[in-house]
Amino acid sequence: MAGRRTQVQTKLNGEETDFLCEPRQSLLEVLRDELGLTGTKEGCNNGNCGACSVLVNGRVANACCVLGVEAEGADITTIEGIADGDKLHPLQQAFLEEAALQCGICTPGFIVSSKALLDSEPEPDEERVRFWLAGNLCRCTGYDKIVRAVLKVSNTSDNG
Amino acid sequence: MQEITYLAPTSLGDVYEALADGKKSVLLAGGTDIIIQLREGRSDAEQVIDLKHIPELTQFAFNSAGDLEIGAAVPFAEIYENAEVIERFPALIDCATLVGGVQIQSRAGFGGNLCNASPAADTSPALIALSAILRIGSANTVRELAVEEFFLSPGQNALEKGEVLLQVVIPNAGTNSGAYFHRFIPRNEMDIAVANVGVSLSLNNAGDLIEDARVAIGAVAPTPLLVSAAAEALIGKEPNAETFSAAGDAAAAAAKPITDMRGSAAQRVHLSRVLTVRALERALERSKGN
Amino acid sequence: MTTVEKPNYKVIGTRPIRPDGVEKVTGKALYGADIDLPGLVYGKVLRSPHSHARIVSIDTAEAEALPGVLAVMTHADLPIAIAGESDDAAANVLANEKALYRGHAIAAIAATNLHDAEAALAKIKVDYEVLAPVLEVRDAMSDGSPILDESRRTKTLAGSSEKPTNIASHNKLEGGDIVAAFADADMTVEREFVTRMVHQGYIEPHNGTANWNADGTLTVWTSTQGAFAVRSQLASLLRTSVSKIRVIPMEIGGGFGGKIGVYLEPLAAVLSRRIGRPVKLTMERAAVFEATGPTSGGWIKAKLGTKDGKITAAEVTMAYEAGAFPGSPVMAGAMCMLSPYEVENFSIDAYDVVVNKPKVAAYRAPGAPAAAFAIEQLVDELASQGAVDPLKFRRENSAREGSKQVTGVTVPRIGHEETLDAALASEHYNAPIEGPNRGRGVASGFWFNAGMQSSVIASVNPDGTINLIEGSTDIGGSRASLAMQLAETLGITYDEVRPIVVDTDSIGHNDVTGGSRTTHASGEAVYKAGLDIQQQMITRAASLWACDESDINYVDGAIVHVSDDDKNLTFAEMASKQMETGGPMQGKGTVMSRTPGAAFGVHIVDVEVDPDTGKIDILRYSVAEDVGTAIHPSYVEGQLQGGAVQGIGWALNEEYYYGEDGRMENSSFLDYRMPTALDVPMIETILVEVPNPGHPYGVRGVGECPIVPPLAAIANAVHDATGHRFTELPMSPRRVLEELHDIR
Repeated sequence: MAGRRTQVQTKLNGEETDFLCEPRQSLLEVLRDELGLTGTKEGCNNGNCGACSVLVNGRVANACCVLGVEAEGADITTIEGIADGDKLHPLQQAFLEEAALQCGICTPGFIVSSKALLDSEPEPDEERVRFWLAGNLCRCTGYDKIVRAVLKVSNTSDNG
Repeated sequence: MQEITYLAPTSLGDVYEALADGKKSVLLAGGTDIIIQLREGRSDAEQVIDLKHIPELTQFAFNSAGDLEIGAAVPFAEIYENAEVIERFPALIDCATLVGGVQIQSRAGFGGNLCNASPAADTSPALIALSAILRIGSANTVRELAVEEFFLSPGQNALEKGEVLLQVVIPNAGTNSGAYFHRFIPRNEMDIAVANVGVSLSLNNAGDLIEDARVAIGAVAPTPLLVSAAAEALIGKEPNAETFSAAGDAAAAAAKPITDMRGSAAQRVHLSRVLTVRALERALERSKGN
Repeated sequence: MTTVEKPNYKVIGTRPIRPDGVEKVTGKALYGADIDLPGLVYGKVLRSPHSHARIVSIDTAEAEALPGVLAVMTHADLPIAIAGESDDAAANVLANEKALYRGHAIAAIAATNLHDAEAALAKIKVDYEVLAPVLEVRDAMSDGSPILDESRRTKTLAGSSEKPTNIASHNKLEGGDIVAAFADADMTVEREFVTRMVHQGYIEPHNGTANWNADGTLTVWTSTQGAFAVRSQLASLLRTSVSKIRVIPMEIGGGFGGKIGVYLEPLAAVLSRRIGRPVKLTMERAAVFEATGPTSGGWIKAKLGTKDGKITAAEVTMAYEAGAFPGSPVMAGAMCMLSPYEVENFSIDAYDVVVNKPKVAAYRAPGAPAAAFAIEQLVDELASQGAVDPLKFRRENSAREGSKQVTGVTVPRIGHEETLDAALASEHYNAPIEGPNRGRGVASGFWFNAGMQSSVIASVNPDGTINLIEGSTDIGGSRASLAMQLAETLGITYDEVRPIVVDTDSIGHNDVTGGSRTTHASGEAVYKAGLDIQQQMITRAASLWACDESDINYVDGAIVHVSDDDKNLTFAEMASKQMETGGPMQGKGTVMSRTPGAAFGVHIVDVEVDPDTGKIDILRYSVAEDVGTAIHPSYVEGQLQGGAVQGIGWALNEEYYYGEDGRMENSSFLDYRMPTALDVPMIETILVEVPNPGHPYGVRGVGECPIVPPLAAIANAVHDATGHRFTELPMSPRRVLEELHDIR
């Protein structure tokens, strides 16, 4: 039986919303299992792979390390909130053009994390991009094309 | 995870009350250790008390004496984005940017990292080197404790029942001083330290005599260690390779490491020396810029 | 670089955006764990804490009585067990009488809430008789070793052995006369090598959701490399016909060979049948490490001999750990290790050995990387002893078209020589390497690549577009490469082909997306479907124009009369006339491909070794590989880069770290140390194109070969930097300090 659930009010992908959850449910569980937002992925559930990266109050965090109840009053952005309707964010477009994904499971986390980087530092160099993205594991690409995609966006003025 | 209740108090008084309510509680700041421990059955707490809505704990500032006071729930990211901290306490930036990756750093902070009391914590050696003082509060009082006394054994900190770590205070560093922290890990990020070292040096105006020094090593003993023998090998000496080497030897002699999946005891002893020498060289460079 | 006149392809060789790309970058693509169904309940698995134990009893009564718990199952509930025919596959899914590795599944629970399912696991009472584990092949092969299965005997060509053993099989490959050849050799080198168990490391954990329908059919949703492989495994375990099982392949978050065997799907199926509701299981990361299919560690003793700069003799004894049940890739390693070269005299003894570790599964060129770690270092030593450049030495000894491999198979047109030439000419190889503690290493690698079976249907739409129905799950861009090959065949644009990956009810048999076979074999099927459509269009045009089919050609996306210029129709125009010319048009392509074309790779790596910490940094890395024809160069490059970085992790830090009790102590991404973005540089790729004559567009599989050379290339580079040769993996900082400075 589910335990007693708390009502949480939060801003999610730009919209005021609320949900019910047990305190023991992580934000990751809430997004995926309660809100149907399955774009944020579980890779390890203990903060070591970044597949569950979301923005919390503008900062990139692992949703598996945040309780759903901590979303109260916070501003959360997930991969589903990165594009503007059907207009892709430049990072999403760059990932497609540079073939920066193979299986795609890590891609939402990388895009959210890269967005956080470019929002705070519009023109990072390769070393900085790699340092920032060290918290996002990819097993398919060897990172080369991911880094190129992020640098491609960072070298233009259109960081959306 | 077991069922838990969650409280989000807005005052310290409410925190102390909750801690006295008879439930097995944990204090939640960034959550990057606590939540995982709860999920993996390494904590049997039934109540989580969130500290992030308490103003004293989520702010940091330089006081009039130039000391930096960091609330226990301030995340690393806020620290390393602050231009003044970057300039005045670069050793804090050294460790704040290394703990676990940017996702962790957005939530985790000095307070929780210290309270977790891992022997390999990346904050401890830097804070010890900087002579940090911890302000610890309870319902009736606030006390101060030197950071190096905060660690009792792996995972065991010096908080008594009903106590809360309120702030980490880093005293103003003098002129001609420099501090540095680094660690050795097998990859370039995301690992727990095999060994880590924080050092601080204060030199005379001419820069040819060490007037004060602190050397702290971590991940090589059940707790982080302030190595007084290393300080003795430095103070009153010229800051040169021979002096630093002696300090390195002292650090290696103080290390009491284990062999585990992260490294061997012999490797850790060796690294204590290597990292201490390299850290002293960097701290020296920083002291000159000061 | 290409070696033959490359046709002027219109679509092949371009870099369009993959058809499933937008949904993947927006988080809309559905992977196995994302499925939600009405009435869905959740399953969890109880796993053995012991690495070797007899299961005396399992008491599930208390767990079953908990609120929210709907069903509990053990091995005895598997239909194959009920039929009295339990086998190794069934015993791996749920332990039968013995727990053979820590993490071995013992029981499964379904509950309405995931947390309740987890809590209920603790209420299952299992009585274990704990036994001593055996954790290393040489120990497992020796007298007095704990025995995993008292009924096991060694299978050899000469029959079976007599005593209980952990040696599941012993095979030997031999040719020529190694005694004479070694006696005649002017240089020999011999070393022993040890590698450790490593995991594929896909970021997506395993999942399986099943609904046992009221009519006795089963629907399964899973992230798999092969829906048909899942279907046939389930049919065997559940004792039902394949026609009653519909496997819907969800998007898959990485496989590398590890997502072909079933783990959770059979549990979901049986639980669902019991409950009458769909059941979903996902694996925790620790369980992925401890209880799926990593690849073997092992021990290799190898000796090579040369005469006048030519390798003339090879003698190898190799033992790989199979994990708890037989089936290591030791033979594949044996067959690949000498393949880059022509070696007339050889003897390879290969042992498959069970130990108390998870049963191994395929991991990208299974068996070959560890074998190359051995041979490619010996080749390096021989080159160095003979004062010959290591690439030139390999060139002198290279296999080529007509060379015989150790299996007796003669190779067709292959590209090792061309790949070596590309490496020799590369900017990387000709750049100086300067500075202390720096070194450069090279290594070659080979992988057979698979052919096997594929089926596709291409439905022609009235508007001139095509729905390409195929059954190859898309791990790395194969939807794009198949659409491109069909577009090329029909002379239409890439955007006019919409590829769809469908379930096992909706298309004919397709073998796994694995073995580097999909772009090749499914591509061949796609080509045949295209030719089928071409032929149908010609037939219909002949009817429309009242002429012979022999007067009509299909050229550049149009059906044209050989002499009458007025008689021509574009593909789209003919597509619009389907109804009036005979009804719906579908092209069919089925293939059992026997001509996959092998892949050769040559890697160059520069490293820097910190002598005080033992840390090895990768400064520069290049992969040259014969890719046949690069259909979509970006995804080909991606395979080379991804495989190389997995190899870097394997060489430097990855290993299953076991305590004496047989517990893997580092079963998390924190301590199972895969490379992060900060650990590797850009991976330079050199695509060499020696077309495979066995494929209409010259395609060779490319995905597996790139993981074969890195272990040896890095070891060779470290030797160049330090003078020390590492014969044991990983070359972690701890090991480097131990071996360079005796700090232990």
